[in-house]
Amino acid sequence: MLKVEHLTKMFGGLAAVNDVSVDFEAGKINAIIGPNGAGKSTFFNLISGLHQPTSGRILLDGTDVTNMPSDKVARLGVGRTFQTTNLFEQASVLDNLIVGHRLRTKSGLWDVLINSKRLQREEKAARDKAMEALDFVGLTHVAGQFIADITQEERKRVAFALALATDPKIVLLDEPAAGVNPEETQGFAELMRKMVDNGLTVCLIEHKMDMIMSLADKIMVLDHGEKIAEGTPEEVRNNPVVIEAYLGGDEDAAA
Amino acid sequence: MLFKLGSLFMKPGAKMALLALAIVFPALASNEYQVYVMASAFVWAIAVYGLNIITGYCGQLNLAHGGFFAIGAYTLGLLTSDAGWSFWPAFVAALLVTAVLGFLVGVVSLRLKEHYFAIFTLCVGFIIYLLMDKWEELTHGPVGVRDIAAPYGFGVVDFTETTPFYYLVLAFLVFSIWFMGRLSRSLLGRTFIAIRNGDELAQSLGINLMRNKVLAFVLSTTYAGLAGALYAGMVRFIGPEEANIIHTFDMITYLLVGGIGTLTGPLLGTISIVWITQSLQFLEEYRMILFGPLLVVLVIFFPRGINGQFLTWMHHKAQTLSPAKKKKSSKVQTATSGEVKNNA
Amino acid sequence: MNLFFQQIINGLTLGSIYGLVALGLTLVYGILHIPNFAHGALYMVGAFMSYFFMVDLGVHYWVAMAGSAAVVAILGILCERLVFHPLRNSPPIHDKIAAIGVLLFLEATIQMFWGSDFRRMSSPFTGIMNFDGLIIPEQRLLIIVGAFTLVIGLQLFLRKTMTGATIIAMAQSREGAFLVGIDSNRVAMMTFGISGALAAVAASLYAPINLVYPAMGHLVIMKAFVIIILGGMGSVPGAIVGGMIIGFAEAFGGFYISTAYKDIIAFGLLVLILSARPQGLFAKGAH
Repeated sequence: MLKVEHLTKMFGGLAAVNDVSVDFEAGKINAIIGPNGAGKSTFFNLISGLHQPTSGRILLDGTDVTNMPSDKVARLGVGRTFQTTNLFEQASVLDNLIVGHRLRTKSGLWDVLINSKRLQREEKAARDKAMEALDFVGLTHVAGQFIADITQEERKRVAFALALATDPKIVLLDEPAAGVNPEETQGFAELMRKMVDNGLTVCLIEHKMDMIMSLADKIMVLDHGEKIAEGTPEEVRNNPVVIEAYLGGDEDAAA
Repeated sequence: MLFKLGSLFMKPGAKMALLALAIVFPALASNEYQVYVMASAFVWAIAVYGLNIITGYCGQLNLAHGGFFAIGAYTLGLLTSDAGWSFWPAFVAALLVTAVLGFLVGVVSLRLKEHYFAIFTLCVGFIIYLLMDKWEELTHGPVGVRDIAAPYGFGVVDFTETTPFYYLVLAFLVFSIWFMGRLSRSLLGRTFIAIRNGDELAQSLGINLMRNKVLAFVLSTTYAGLAGALYAGMVRFIGPEEANIIHTFDMITYLLVGGIGTLTGPLLGTISIVWITQSLQFLEEYRMILFGPLLVVLVIFFPRGINGQFLTWMHHKAQTLSPAKKKKSSKVQTATSGEVKNNA
Repeated sequence: MNLFFQQIINGLTLGSIYGLVALGLTLVYGILHIPNFAHGALYMVGAFMSYFFMVDLGVHYWVAMAGSAAVVAILGILCERLVFHPLRNSPPIHDKIAAIGVLLFLEATIQMFWGSDFRRMSSPFTGIMNFDGLIIPEQRLLIIVGAFTLVIGLQLFLRKTMTGATIIAMAQSREGAFLVGIDSNRVAMMTFGISGALAAVAASLYAPINLVYPAMGHLVIMKAFVIIILGGMGSVPGAIVGGMIIGFAEAFGGFYISTAYKDIIAFGLLVLILSARPQGLFAKGAH
């Protein structure tokens, strides 16, 4: 599904990601863990094309996407969420989601001017897609509410829905369960399972170990930009290098 | 009072009523000067709608907007006075020139983010001013451009009279707002808003930043050019002062007072401030003593202006009115808040 | 040859003034990430305050300059408290618009009291020094020496004092500074104060060889922005070097190319630089 070969990203003289190779299988939940500053978010930024790698290759279903701009990568089926998502606060949830399907539409300025059939068709498709994504994350009941009026957990779900509306094959989730309570965390775990059950590939960065250990099919551990371990939760849990990195590193991250 | 005005605007048919009001305005006005003031308010409103595209919807603070207004005015002025063109061909040329220059400036400046873009456009605006002031061979320098042609009418209408000119400007304004409404509701308008929400998020949604930003910028400069050309046809005498940064600041004030990123905001803001300044003549020179703090207060307490405040209020009213329907509320609210959405 | 040296003196004079103004701008940007469009207005108010103290109250030039620096420093602190502090978590477009609001207010207020006429303010240093045919007006020498002294003083303050160290720490990392217990409010106020005082001193130094009028800040602030983009937004040495580059470019460009277009040189330079390097000349790579 997603194959990364010897990926390196230098900022100034420092390697934020250093020679990382990994293979994420389709239809699985893949987790990336590691102490703060291990290069996890940079890794996501490289895959989604926001940053260009210094060296290495990224293959998506066999297509080389290494130096592709992020909008093209998104069109090839890589959806993602961010740690914080800025949305239009004074607009409804549904309105914020409609643009998610924009990348599958073609209407331009001229269509707007003459209100073409194509524009009408595409706008309906985008709205339907937004409703579908909203339904998937279980938020149809707040479709008409302003973003400013919904809860933190609902916001996170909206961010999920936005990524889903792009019709992705793989979704990159950056700390999906940060800042929500244990009960809600469970909800997000279920949501990710549901995504995989629906044929998506999930790739997430997370600090909540309980969740990762019970959820992930495969875990990659990054430390100082390097891959120090990879395997099933069981393998990773018992890996001495990982234990060392966590105990010696940022305690906060191991919590 | 303003809420009432706003809620009038929301009701179906209200747009027609407002348009009707604008149409009979010259008959209601007590003198020709009032019609002239209203026409000039409309001209500025068109320019502010342009600013609203790039700054309100797309989130990029363009401080060269007044410069493009001046380019539109100068293009029309120089073509009709020095080159001897007649009004309408020069008018079309003014639109093309501002669009093309907008494209060129946009391609360079929109690669810059946030502060850099604002500072860059501030400098572009100043370069435009300097060129108009110093490039005497082309622009006549500080002397300005005289003998600008007025729009000639087709058949019986004579646009050199104030009232027919008023209707001409009104027609362009109506078209401008109509197009803006359509744009803001469309996928393209939503794309612009997604860019305002954040570059990275927009890119992750598959949006090509450069293409969309440049499109928004060109649209906005074309609006500015349209307003500038109408302005030149109205006052018939222009100088480098048209490119003074103060006009850009004026337009930002109109936009913020009315409601940035809303559909009716630019109209509301421009007309109310132009008339307030008119009725308090002593304000003309010192208006900035009030406008300055007003801008600060607006961004701190009412960042979405009169119209934005009103829309939020309307939305919450709609929500509290239908608590029983909360379960099925999605459909209901999407329907009732249709206008909110359109303006958002 | 003499004319050439004359241009060097002119370049140094201009560069000193621009450097001082840019220094205040870059400090505020480095610490609070606000492109303070009102900074040119603070500069203008500084000139008017000196003018007021000297011409209307009849105090000595140095006293007037100190008074002006104090007034503008307080004004800067007020701006931070009343305007920028409440906006610290707003979308990035808001603080820029607020800064424009402050600029408009200050300009209109000064204009209300003093009108928009051009005024002359003469300093006690009207003499001319002649070094073997090379003529240097005293005021220009004062500008150069004054600016250098201030820059060195500021460097010492930033490097050698505890307060200065906190400012530097906060410029490097806002959250980090917060974690180690730096009172960010105090640092923000102090930065605005210093920035205002620098602008006032620059204006008071430059006013005697220039004119005093409400719109005098426009060109200066825009050039200061060009300078800090050139030198890297937030960089102190960058502001000084950038100031000199623009000062010299203008002095020589104005002399050898065209006086009418000398003001355009800085902006032309900016357009060229940003077209080639959207992050500025000396900016480090992203993140």
